[in-house]
Amino acid sequence: MIEVIYFAWLRERIGVPRESLQTAALTVADLVAELSAREERYALAFGDLASVRVALDQELADFAAPLAGVREVAFFPPMTGG
Amino acid sequence: MRVVVQAEAFDAGAELNAFSAQAAGAGAVVSFTGLVRDNGGALSMMEIEHYPGMTEKAIAAMMDQAAARWALVDALVIHRFGRLAGADPIMMVAVASKHRVDAFEAAEFLMDYLKSRAPFWKKEISATGGAWVAARDEDEAALKRW
Repeated sequence: MIEVIYFAWLRERIGVPRESLQTAALTVADLVAELSAREERYALAFGDLASVRVALDQELADFAAPLAGVREVAFFPPMTGG
Repeated sequence: MRVVVQAEAFDAGAELNAFSAQAAGAGAVVSFTGLVRDNGGALSMMEIEHYPGMTEKAIAAMMDQAAARWALVDALVIHRFGRLAGADPIMMVAVASKHRVDAFEAAEFLMDYLKSRAPFWKKEISATGGAWVAARDEDEAALKRW
């Protein structure tokens, strides 16, 4: 099982802040493809990956990153702190 | 060095005085305070979401980088989340060093990184609804100078 967390408009589009998923995805990109194929709300949220960032176990990563050993995946828009 | 991520309001003046008072050996303190922009009363609220756990780690990592590049005596970052009203302080950065150039540069470095690499997301809430603040290309470009 992997814990998937969503923030900001990704959370709003997907409709839940977090969920535990069973996945065979090897990379972040595989996970995005798997979710997008699963339901329309994911396809909408992940429609434009240029405006989506990802963190693996709370460290920024990219979509090609492997998921082996990862416990927590977070998807969010570009950050707007400060 | 201290990182504070909190929902509660803070008193930027009192924080700065306390920070300066304990910065032994410092000859310069630079601080920045970010406020909720009140666009002529059009913006009624700002909602800030963050990623608990990653936020603190990401800011601490930025501070470590700053401490490795500049001769710092101390550094402080306070950042709020939750509902904020117009003109409320959102966040502050304070940096103490022996000399002003280090303090100015480290404070700017921390600000640039907080804008684009600390997991916060701002939503402006007005009478007509809410809108997520879009990240600006200039903010991303600002990281390149470091």
